[in-house]
Amino acid sequence: MKKSKYYLFIVLAMTLVMVLSACGGSGSDSDSKSDSDDSKKDADSGEASGEQVFNMIETAEIPTGDPSLATDAASFIVFGQTMEGLYILDESDTPVPAIADGDPDISEDGKEYTFKLREDAEWSNGDPVTANDFVYSWQRAVDPDTGSEYAYMFSGIIENATEIMNGDKDPEDLKVEAEDDFTLKVTLEQPVEYLDSLLAFGTYLPLNEKFVEEQGDKFGTNSDTMLANGPFVLTDWDGSGLTWKYERNDNYYDKDNVALDEVNVQVSKEPSTAVNLFETDKADRTAALSAEYAQQYQNDENASTFEEGSSWYLKFNQERDGKDTPLANENIRKAIAMAFDKQAYTDTVLANGSVPTGGLVPRGLATNPETDEDFREESGDLMGTDLDKAKEYWEKGLEELGEKEITLDYLSDDTENAKKTSEYFQNQLETNLDGLKLELKNVPFKVRLQDTTKQDYDIVMHGWGPDYLDPMTFLDLFVTDGTNNETSYSNKDYDKLIDDAKVKYANDPEKRWEAMLEAEKLLIEEDTVIAPIYQRGRLVLIKPTVKGLEEHLFGPDYSLKNVYMEN
Amino acid sequence: MAKYLIKRVIYLVITLFIITSLTFFLMKFLPGSPFQNEEKLSEEQRVILDEKYGLDEPIPVQYAKYMVNIVKGDLGVSFQFDNQPVTDLLIKRMGPSLQLGFQAMFIGTLIGILLGVLAAMFQNTWIDYGSTFLAVLGKSIPSFVFAALLQYVIGVKLELLPVAAWDGFASSIMPTIALAIFPVATAARFMRTELIEVFGSDYITLAKAKGNSRMEVSFKHAIRNGLIPLVTVLGPMAVGLMTGSMVVEQIFSIPGIGEQFVKSIQTNDFPIIMGTTIFFAFLLTVIILIVDILYGIIDPRIRLQGGDKS
Repeated sequence: MKKSKYYLFIVLAMTLVMVLSACGGSGSDSDSKSDSDDSKKDADSGEASGEQVFNMIETAEIPTGDPSLATDAASFIVFGQTMEGLYILDESDTPVPAIADGDPDISEDGKEYTFKLREDAEWSNGDPVTANDFVYSWQRAVDPDTGSEYAYMFSGIIENATEIMNGDKDPEDLKVEAEDDFTLKVTLEQPVEYLDSLLAFGTYLPLNEKFVEEQGDKFGTNSDTMLANGPFVLTDWDGSGLTWKYERNDNYYDKDNVALDEVNVQVSKEPSTAVNLFETDKADRTAALSAEYAQQYQNDENASTFEEGSSWYLKFNQERDGKDTPLANENIRKAIAMAFDKQAYTDTVLANGSVPTGGLVPRGLATNPETDEDFREESGDLMGTDLDKAKEYWEKGLEELGEKEITLDYLSDDTENAKKTSEYFQNQLETNLDGLKLELKNVPFKVRLQDTTKQDYDIVMHGWGPDYLDPMTFLDLFVTDGTNNETSYSNKDYDKLIDDAKVKYANDPEKRWEAMLEAEKLLIEEDTVIAPIYQRGRLVLIKPTVKGLEEHLFGPDYSLKNVYMEN
Repeated sequence: MAKYLIKRVIYLVITLFIITSLTFFLMKFLPGSPFQNEEKLSEEQRVILDEKYGLDEPIPVQYAKYMVNIVKGDLGVSFQFDNQPVTDLLIKRMGPSLQLGFQAMFIGTLIGILLGVLAAMFQNTWIDYGSTFLAVLGKSIPSFVFAALLQYVIGVKLELLPVAAWDGFASSIMPTIALAIFPVATAARFMRTELIEVFGSDYITLAKAKGNSRMEVSFKHAIRNGLIPLVTVLGPMAVGLMTGSMVVEQIFSIPGIGEQFVKSIQTNDFPIIMGTTIFFAFLLTVIILIVDILYGIIDPRIRLQGGDKS
């Protein structure tokens, strides 16, 4: 008995040792690392009394520090703080020259741009930012070997970009040249009205060739393998971690106007945690709150809303499995588009600053080149709620189809809020349109995309965000056989309006604008290809002491350059 | 013993091979591509990207290439985190999960055993009912409720511990407690049931007859036997805890592996799905092997000679 008692202890001890040694390496590493971080922080805060420190929350990790590979909000936010391209967006989302020294010289035909670059811009390693940095970066982005998902942002814009992407030409053939260190010549395929907003976009940022080549595959995989030329330098990012920092960039040409010394970012994917961190003063700003928390905090004194650049609508599939769906009937589409209450939806289901809309192009995106009137304002409410009219269209449509009842699939995501939304629309439409039955299909995001692409749906809840600041980024979705048409909608008049705006009036902003206004009207008021619902908003909690934060509806969600903490 | 070990290691390799292959083919049934910006990609652009990442090849070819690379120790590069080798990512993300899992396991089982022993010793008294109540509670409260409650009470209201973040030992306490509640409940229930049975056996009656006190009988003679079945469930449970819990990691903002595993499936990050699956499978099979060996040592009635199983 005695002997076996020892056995028991030995066995338990052995288990311990084994388990310990299995995790020993990494476990103790992280321990000692966090300990040293602790002491560093303490030392920092010791001298920090007068320092400007801003603590904020994000909802996702940084997927990449390589602007050519970046595709999502989190990365573009980082570049928005650490890098500057030829242009940046100001507080009202207007592109203004940044690395470009004033506006460019543009040739008669609107295709050749010559940019003078400012000579005092430097990378965080002290190298000057030169014209070659742009040439190198843009060639790299369109090179198929780079595997950039956003390479299409160059396609149809810069001459030869499409051919290079398809492998028919070499990256060196991209029509962008460094005439000297501070002169950049860009040749476009055709005049592009919104070029300045593209030039402010992440994929168009410059890259320091020597540095990027030196880093090779490691470039942009952690904060040590990145260079900044903007207001802040990214630090303490290990490549997949949930925390990182921005520190003021001492090599930035305008560093005297940057107030913040340090920004600490903590990722919190759980909104309740974000709110708790905010409530305990560990964070000065949360990221956008999810619906249930937005509802709870919509009247909070710290709540702040912002209208984002994405539009949401019901998309009607007119052809499924080679056959016309009931939605191929225009009256049925119109009836559905008028038969739900948008205001109640944004107020009660979303409650996050989203606003009902009567069109596809969101407010704040672009203004009339002559009058400066916003596109949304000028185009007006093309599709409002009108139950009487809806019923009229519905009866007419049913009669034309020879049906008494119609059953339609309603496709959407499987998040909590998407499910609530589905139920809202099911209730609204089935109540208001006699004989309509909606079958809800709430599926994972990737499945939703696939079903939509294959046109294996009747109605889908769909959203779209801008790639550049121009109505065209929304309107050209619905040309015949467009990649993201996905409805089989085809109207020659519509195609012509879009083509005119793109080609014929490329150098005539006023006519181009008219064509786009007409196109939206045709798309929604007359053909009702989609039923506009809302322009998305976001609600964040932010301490009143935080001043000067600029939010954007395109590109990086916000800019920290002008932020300061009021004490 | 050596023969047994060799045989088990061969089984282990075969198991891993089957798991890897199955996962690979099942994964390829996932709808959609691993590209984040999928919706905005044109047909042509998709072709270019598929070619670049070798996704245009027939699945058996992709499979063969993947297996060759694994043997070379190369798990590929993540899609979600561009150019981030899967191995690096696993190593970085494993640390916190392993630490939390181990802490939870250690503390959870100790407390659980203690509760179970007390419950068995004082059967049908308030101590027994109390401990059973705790065990039932621990098993039935979902971890997201318990974790959120902990965070609110201890972090926000009492401000005793950091609300979230991974920053030193203090920040690991709450997630450890949230994770430990499950092993506490499991260990307590197992111990109680086993001990009650053991207390009824002849050798315990003999020990009592010899004049040993109740404490002596329990701690010297009974517990050892009561531990045996617990060892069996502890192994897999340990793996479950150490491979991370998505819920607890999300609530406490811990850069662990559990949450990454789930996310990799949602985003079709093929290399990460494979990497985490292989790693989890490896951990599980190795721990089961260890448990089997331990089992034989604790209980001499169980033999480990390879040929004995008929």
